[in-house]
Amino acid sequence: MKKKLLSLILTGAMVMAMAGCGNSGATGSTGNTGNAGTTATATGDGALTGTLKLGVIGPLTGGAAIYGNAVVNGAQIAVDEINALGGGFQIELQAQDDEHDAEKSVNAYHQLQDWGVQAIAGTVTTTPCIAVSAEANSDRVFMLTPSASATTVTEGKDNVFQLCFADPNQGSASAQYIFDNKLATKVAIIYNNADAYSTGIYQTFKAKAEELGLEIVSETTFTDDTTDFSVQVGDAQSNGADLVFLPIYYTPASLILKQADSIGYEPKFFGVDGMDGILTIEGFDTSLAEGVMLLTPFSADATDDLTKNFVEKFTEKFGEVPSQFAADGYDCAYAIKAALEFYAAKNGGLDVTDLSAEELCEILISVFTDADFSADGVTGLGMVWDTNGQVNKEPKAVVIKDGVYVGM
Amino acid sequence: MLVHLINGISLGSIYAIIALGYTMVYGIAKMLNFAHGDVIMIGGYVAFFALTSDKLNLPAPVAVLLAIIVCTILGITIERLAYKPLRAATSLAVLITAIGMSYFLQNSALLLWGANPKAFPDMFKNAEAIELFGAKISPVALVAIFANIVIMIILTLFTTRTKMGKAMRAVSEDKGAATLMGINVNFTISLTFAIGSGLAAIAGVLLCSAYPTLMPTTGSLPGIKAFTAAVFGGIGSIPGAMIGGILLGVIEILARAYISSELADAIVFGVLIVVLIFRPTGLLGKQIHEKV
Amino acid sequence: MKIFEKASVASRKAFLNYGIVLVFFIVFQTLVSTGNISSALKGQLIPIACYMIMAVSLNLVVGISGELSLGHAGFMSVGAFTAVIVSSSMAGSSDMSSLIVSIIVAAVIAAIAGFLIGIPVLRLNGDYLAIVTLAFGEIIKNILNCLYVGIDEKGVHFAFNNPAALAMSATGKVIINGPMGAVGIRKISTFTAAVILLLIILVIIQNLVNSRTGRAIMAIRDNRIAAESMGLSPMKYKMLAFTVSAAMAGAAGAVYALNYSTLVPKKFDFNTSILVLVFVVLGGIGNMTGSIIAAGVLVVLPELLRKFSDYRMLVYAIVLILVMLVTNNEKLKGKIDTFFKKLRMKLSKGGRK
Repeated sequence: MKKKLLSLILTGAMVMAMAGCGNSGATGSTGNTGNAGTTATATGDGALTGTLKLGVIGPLTGGAAIYGNAVVNGAQIAVDEINALGGGFQIELQAQDDEHDAEKSVNAYHQLQDWGVQAIAGTVTTTPCIAVSAEANSDRVFMLTPSASATTVTEGKDNVFQLCFADPNQGSASAQYIFDNKLATKVAIIYNNADAYSTGIYQTFKAKAEELGLEIVSETTFTDDTTDFSVQVGDAQSNGADLVFLPIYYTPASLILKQADSIGYEPKFFGVDGMDGILTIEGFDTSLAEGVMLLTPFSADATDDLTKNFVEKFTEKFGEVPSQFAADGYDCAYAIKAALEFYAAKNGGLDVTDLSAEELCEILISVFTDADFSADGVTGLGMVWDTNGQVNKEPKAVVIKDGVYVGM
Repeated sequence: MLVHLINGISLGSIYAIIALGYTMVYGIAKMLNFAHGDVIMIGGYVAFFALTSDKLNLPAPVAVLLAIIVCTILGITIERLAYKPLRAATSLAVLITAIGMSYFLQNSALLLWGANPKAFPDMFKNAEAIELFGAKISPVALVAIFANIVIMIILTLFTTRTKMGKAMRAVSEDKGAATLMGINVNFTISLTFAIGSGLAAIAGVLLCSAYPTLMPTTGSLPGIKAFTAAVFGGIGSIPGAMIGGILLGVIEILARAYISSELADAIVFGVLIVVLIFRPTGLLGKQIHEKV
Repeated sequence: MKIFEKASVASRKAFLNYGIVLVFFIVFQTLVSTGNISSALKGQLIPIACYMIMAVSLNLVVGISGELSLGHAGFMSVGAFTAVIVSSSMAGSSDMSSLIVSIIVAAVIAAIAGFLIGIPVLRLNGDYLAIVTLAFGEIIKNILNCLYVGIDEKGVHFAFNNPAALAMSATGKVIINGPMGAVGIRKISTFTAAVILLLIILVIIQNLVNSRTGRAIMAIRDNRIAAESMGLSPMKYKMLAFTVSAAMAGAAGAVYALNYSTLVPKKFDFNTSILVLVFVVLGGIGNMTGSIIAAGVLVVLPELLRKFSDYRMLVYAIVLILVMLVTNNEKLKGKIDTFFKKLRMKLSKGGRK
C-alpha cells in the first residue's frame, strides 16, 4: 500500500513538474530507514539542492553509435527539463564516447572521474558495461545502466542497477504470450549470438517454449557484422515456420523483414523491446513491418502525458522520434533524481554539490534497494529494483498497423 | 541448395565489382587502397539522398549516375591529395596513408550523416521474386549478377581494344618504359582511380539494395572481403577478380548455410590460404620468376 | 676494431631504449604514488605498456625480418584468452604467481600458434604474405568466437560452437562464452609487471638483433638470394623471428587481458592489427625506440583529443595522413627541413643579440 501511494505521489509530482508548475521535489514516505551512515548535508526542510555531476558513457562513434547517441540525447532532454525547473537542484551532464569497446569505456570512465563525476548513467552497451562496472565497484561509484541488460552486468556488484529489463524476463514473457494467444504452431528463432542481450532472451524463450510445448523448427544465428540473412530466413521458410521470433535489435530486424519480403515469405514476426525503433529508420519501407508484434516497455505512440511530453520535446530538439534507448536514457536521469529526492525527504534535505562519488554511491544504493522506493518514467510506472540491481516493470504487447503501434 | 548457390553468386558479383577496384589500382599503382571500401559507402549515401530527398527525388538510373560521378571525383581527389605525393615512398607508407584516408572518410560520413543506419530504398519495388526451379530468387540478386557480367565485358574490351586501356596495361607492366613511350603515367593512374571509384559507386548501390542498411561502416567489411577476393583470383588480374569474387561469395553463403554462420568467414579465409599455398600469386596471377 | 665500434653503437642504442622505458616507469610510478596523476592517464598505463610490447614485437617482423604482417592482434588474442583460462584455473594462488604463470603460458601458446601459422605464411612473399596474415588474424577471431570454456570442480571444460556441450556441474562457472567473450576476469595486472615484461622483451630483441642470428635475419631481408647462397636458410630464420614475435604479442595480450574484467574476441580484429602497425610505421621501421615512443603517443592521443568530441577520430585521421605525407614526400620533407634550419638560424641570431 505504502509503495503504491508513494508511486502515485511520485507520478503526480513528476507530471506536475513536467507541466511546468515549477513544483520541484517528490514526497517520500516518512520513516527512518535508508541512512547508510553517510555524512550528507541536511538542510532540514527535506529539499534536494545542489548540482549533481552525472556522467553518461556509451558508443557515440562507430558501429553502435546509434544506441549511445540515443541514450545521451534522451538523458539530455531529462536534464534540460530538470534544470529548467529551478528549485535549487541542477544536473551537469557529461557524455563520453567508448566506441563500444571495453578498453575505451574504462578510459571514458576515468575521464569522467577526472571531471569529478558523482554518478553514472551508463554504460549503454553490455561488454563495456561489465568492464566499467568492475572499476566502479571497487571505486564505489554508483551506476544505473539504461540498456545493458545482461545479468552479468549486475552480478556481484551492489552498486550497479539496470533500468532496462534483465534478459530472462523478456524471453519467457514472449513465449508465454505466443502460447496464450495461439499465434503459431511452428516457431523459428533468429538471434545474434555475439550479443548478450539477444542470446539471453533466446535461452529463456527456448526453455519456456519447450516447457509450454511450442514447436521450434528453426534456430539460426548471426553476428554483429552480418548483413546477409538469406540463409537464416531461407531456413525458417523451408522448415515451414509460421512465426519468426526475433530477439534482436531493429537494424538487423529490418534486414530480415526485407529479405523475407524479397523471397515472398510472409510469416508472423514477433520481436522484443530492441525491435522498437524499426519505424524510425530513415528510408525504411514501413509496410514491410506491417503486422510485426513486439513486447516493449516503451512505445513512442503511447498517449500518456509523460510519453507525449518526452516524444514531443525529443522530436523538436533532435528531429527524430525517440527510440527505446532514448527513453531509457531519459528515465535514468529521472530515476536518479527521484532517488535523491526520496533520500532528501527522509533525511531532512540533501545538498549534493559537495558529496563525493563514494558518499553518493552509498546513498543511492540504500534508496534503490529500499522496498519503499519506486520511480516512474516513460518506460514504465512504478519501477522497483531488487537487491541484485534488476528492475521490475511490465512490458506491453503492441502490433504495428498502418505504420504505427497499436496495443494488443 | 540452388537458392544458396544463386544468392552466393549474387553476393560474389558484388564482391567482384569491388575487387575490380582493388585489383586495377593494385595493378597500376602497386598499392593496397584500403579506402576503397569507404568509397563504396559514400556512393551508397549519395544514391540514398538522391533517391529519398524531397527536393531531388531522382529516378533510380539518375541517382546511380550521380553516385558514380561523385565517387569518380572523390577517387581522383583522394589520389591527387594523398597518394600522388607518395609515389616514390615505400609501399608501407602508402598503405598507412590509405588507412588514414579510410578513417577520414568513415568519420566524415559519421559527422555529415550521423550514426543512425538508413534503410536504402527498394529500387526494384515492382519486381516480383522470380521463381527458378522451385526456388525464389530476389530481383536484386539477378541485377547484381547481370551488372557484374556487363562490367566485366566492358572492362575487358576497354583494356584490350582502346588506346587508353592499352596505356593502362603498359603502365602496370613497366612505368619507366611506358613514360619513354610517351604515355602520361600520372593521367593513366588518375584514370584507373576514376574507373575503380566509379565501379565502387555501382557496387555501393548494389550492396545497399541487396542488404539495405547504410551506416558509416557499411563499406569496411565488404571492402576487406573484396580485397581477399582480388588476392584469391590473382591481384592485378581483371578476370581473376571476377572469379575470386564469385567463388568467395558462393563459399561464404554455402559455409553459412551448411556449416556454421560463425565460422563462415574463417572458412572463406581458410580457402584463401590453401589456394595461396598451392598458387602463391592467386588463381590467375602471374608467376613472378626471380632474377638473380 | 670495427666490430667493436659497431657493438658499442648497438649497445648505446639498446641502453637508450632501456633508459626511456625506465624513465617512463619512474616518472609515472612517482606520479601515481604521490597521487599527482589524472585517473584517465593512470588507467591507461597498463594498456600503453602492452601496446609498446605489441609495437616492438611487430617491429621484429616488419622491420628486422622485413615481412608485412596484418594479423598481429591475432597472437595478442591467443595470449589474452589463454591468460584468462590459466588465471581462472589458478583461482587459489596469489596474484603475483598467477600473473607470472599466465604470461608464460600465454607466450608459449601464442608461440605455438605463431609457429603453426608461420609454416604456410612464410612460404609467400610481399603483399600475398600480408593478406594471409590478415586472413589468419580473422580466422583466430572467428575461432575464438566459437570457443566456450567453463570451469568447475572437475577442472576446465572446453566446447566448440555449442555452449551446451560444456556439460558442467551445477557449481561450474562459464569463463569464456563464445562471441560474448570472457567475464569475471581476475584483474591482476600491474604497471610494474607490465614494465618489467617490456624491459625483458627489449633485452631479448636487442640481443637477438645484435647476434649472429639477427644478422642472418637481416641479411635475408636485404637480399634473400645472396643470403641463401651463403648457406642461410630463409625459412628457418624468418620462422624464428615470426615465432618470437608471436610469443611476445601473446605475453602482451596476457597482461592486457588481466587488466580488464571482461574481454571479447572482437577486440582483436583487423583494426587492432592496423593500429599496432601504425605505431611501427610512424615510429620508424626497424627502430625500436621509435616504436615505443609512437605507441605511447598514439595511445594517449585519442584520449587527449576527447574535447573535440565528435571530431576527434577525424582529427586523428588527418594527423595520420599529414604525418605520412610529411615524412615520406621528398619535396615536403625538404621544405620543412629548410624551414626548421631557417628557424634555428633566426633563433641562434636572436640568442646572440
